Amino acid sequence: MHDMSAPAAHHGAPTSFIRKHVFSLDHKVIGKQYYALALLAALIGMALSWIMRIHLGWGNFAIPGLHLLSSTGAPGNVLTPEYYLQLMTMHGTIMVFFVLTTAPFAAFGNFFLPIQTGAEDMPFPHFNMMSFWVTFVGFWVLIASFFVGDGPTLGGWTQYAPLSAIGSVGGPGQGLGVVLWATSIAIFCIGQLLGSLNFITTTLDMRCKGMSLMRLPLTAWAWFITSVMGLTAFAVLMPACILLILDHVAGTSFFVASNLVINDQVLPHSGGSTLLWQHLFWFFGHPEVYIAIVPGMGIVSHVLITNMRKPMLSHRVLIYSMAALAVLSYMVYGHHMFVSGMNPVSSLAFSFPTLVITIPSTIVVLMWLGSLYGSKLQINSASLFSLGFISMFISGGVSGFFLAQPSIDIMLHATYFVVGHFHLVMGVAAMFGIFAGTYFWFPKMTGRMMSEPLGKAHFWLSFVGAYCIFMPFHYLGIAGNVRRYQAFTDDYLIPLIPVHKFITIAALITGFAQLIFVYNLIYSRFKGPVETDNPWQGTSLEWSTATPPPHNNFGATMPVVYHDPYQYSVEGASSDFVMQTSPEKINNPNEEK
Amino acid sequence: MSQADLTLHGHSTAGAMAEPTFSVPAKKMAMWLFIIADTATFAGCLFAYGFIRNASQNWPRPFHSITNVAVMTLILLTSSLTMLVGVKAAQAGDKPKAFRWIMITAVAGVLFAALHLREWMGMIAEGATLFHNPWGTPLFSSLFFSITGLHLLHVTGGVVALIVVGVRYQGGRYKADDIEITGLYWHFVDLVWMFVVPLVYLLNLSH
Repeated sequence: MHDMSAPAAHHGAPTSFIRKHVFSLDHKVIGKQYYALALLAALIGMALSWIMRIHLGWGNFAIPGLHLLSSTGAPGNVLTPEYYLQLMTMHGTIMVFFVLTTAPFAAFGNFFLPIQTGAEDMPFPHFNMMSFWVTFVGFWVLIASFFVGDGPTLGGWTQYAPLSAIGSVGGPGQGLGVVLWATSIAIFCIGQLLGSLNFITTTLDMRCKGMSLMRLPLTAWAWFITSVMGLTAFAVLMPACILLILDHVAGTSFFVASNLVINDQVLPHSGGSTLLWQHLFWFFGHPEVYIAIVPGMGIVSHVLITNMRKPMLSHRVLIYSMAALAVLSYMVYGHHMFVSGMNPVSSLAFSFPTLVITIPSTIVVLMWLGSLYGSKLQINSASLFSLGFISMFISGGVSGFFLAQPSIDIMLHATYFVVGHFHLVMGVAAMFGIFAGTYFWFPKMTGRMMSEPLGKAHFWLSFVGAYCIFMPFHYLGIAGNVRRYQAFTDDYLIPLIPVHKFITIAALITGFAQLIFVYNLIYSRFKGPVETDNPWQGTSLEWSTATPPPHNNFGATMPVVYHDPYQYSVEGASSDFVMQTSPEKINNPNEEK
Repeated sequence: MSQADLTLHGHSTAGAMAEPTFSVPAKKMAMWLFIIADTATFAGCLFAYGFIRNASQNWPRPFHSITNVAVMTLILLTSSLTMLVGVKAAQAGDKPKAFRWIMITAVAGVLFAALHLREWMGMIAEGATLFHNPWGTPLFSSLFFSITGLHLLHVTGGVVALIVVGVRYQGGRYKADDIEITGLYWHFVDLVWMFVVPLVYLLNLSH
């Protein structure tokens, strides 16, 4: 047997309130902190999208109280064109960085990765604490831009140069707003780098006895692969943001070309390259898409397996496909730049790997569908959202085949088609992954169950609602509806306004459905039925420890792992699931060693 | 802050942990991961440099002699060698010798930084700033000062780390492993310089 004498808690259980709940070193508390931050960010981002949608459907509609947010941006409670763009930028930045990156990766990963690997904590708890608090500061630096100067930046979450680099001559928020934006993102990068460092070392070095790499659950693999991407992607975005800040505060001209004329004035900048920003940004930006979606793939696989009571067709093929996505994600970034003026030969060179990356994506989807085929899936909120994830990923992914080809992309790039594509495939899909994870793991995180009827209502409203919002985007795009317009006054756009009204109504209803989720979350936290340690009869390590898990995750005895993570419905076993920690001998030829 | 982690969570603390993969303890792996991320950062900066250099019309070649940069390079390369001697001594358990060589390495780092700053001062005296220079496109000095400044920041951090780790190793708080990990970082800083020299200096030598 293994050595039980000294589980050697890395740091004793904290006693003071500050160490326990605020500057906590415990990965579980840090995970919950990330979740709370993501929830707050998601609500702000959603409110911003409501304001934008109402403006797009009914341009002159006065939203009561809007002038309190900005008296210059919304005089008479109606958005100015510039303020529309400022809200859009903040919506994108908040959602991509502070929701889609923090919730599925940092929040769930922090809480469950050490438990699933059988570790007492991450190897560097202080780095872990810093990672959250740095992200927290980054978030408020971004939010601060609402309230200083002439508001937040209007350049879009991609902050394309030269608009982002020329300063206040570019419009409201292009001075201080951009500096705050770039500062916030640079800070965010540091936080995620610290997190990635911890995730990778936890996975490779902190596994308990018997936990070989192939015995890690798919969620642990997904977080591991994501953190490898994060390590290099955020390390490139950070210097890019610093160069952008230098262009503002130090008088350099990295991203502004010579002789640029804005508002009849020649700018004093000279020599820089506008395309350079896009290269640096998308070298980060494309891996970022996978940083948002790969943890969702892991969560969905984990939830579906538990509810199907059988493993995926192949554990290894799923892992290899996710790894292939990670590697390829660095080679495809130029497909965001087909219309940027880049050499057309480069477009071809980026188009090819973009088509190649659809292969591992398709394999992952086929793995899910093939495993679901003929299985007796238990229907609950978590498994419904997992099915929803797959549905959104397919629907959004199929339009990717078209956009991957420069000849088609040139027509569709600056339209709502692209907006619909990425909202479905990385926005809604990743959100559904977050929801699936929340319904599934809530009993482990809090000891209580979430309400199933409310969860199912939340699912159906969100599922139908998301399609009502984002499918018409594709239609709008093909009809030529350009992105980032705040009003539709051209002859060919006016007939499309009813579609926008429909989308706005759908967005409002879907948004209110999210309030059901928030209510369910808060109510169940305090009043939900108390659950056992293993309500779903799962096999991986998080289900073999107490609820909530003790400070060092497993109490006096560290776990020993005997089986691979998904031993469901094994013939001849004593029950329909064999936990990883169960020493029971089973006869399963496919078991990972 | 993190120093405490580094001492506490080394190789030996694991109770019922499996052997670390590839037998690399968490601390050393974290340094390797940091080096990977930092490589990406430097690669991004050097990519930006190459991109703008190719796109610029009147790219200057202001360097007339390689003497200074050659001396700097020699000092930095030698410091990698002295670091190696220090690490070997630490692994052999020879504390005084290891401490001596680590301090020599730190002195070499200070010397490098001093020569670098002298070079900067000379260029600034000729009228170079972050956004202007007398020789050609302003972006030359933007990139020159950004990239060499980033490297200088790494050297400065390295000198501080060498002194702190060296002194604490002498005092018994740190082990030979920590010396080796600091050494990894120092060699990395040296390696980055070997990319900076040809790209930023030699390519910009006047004919």
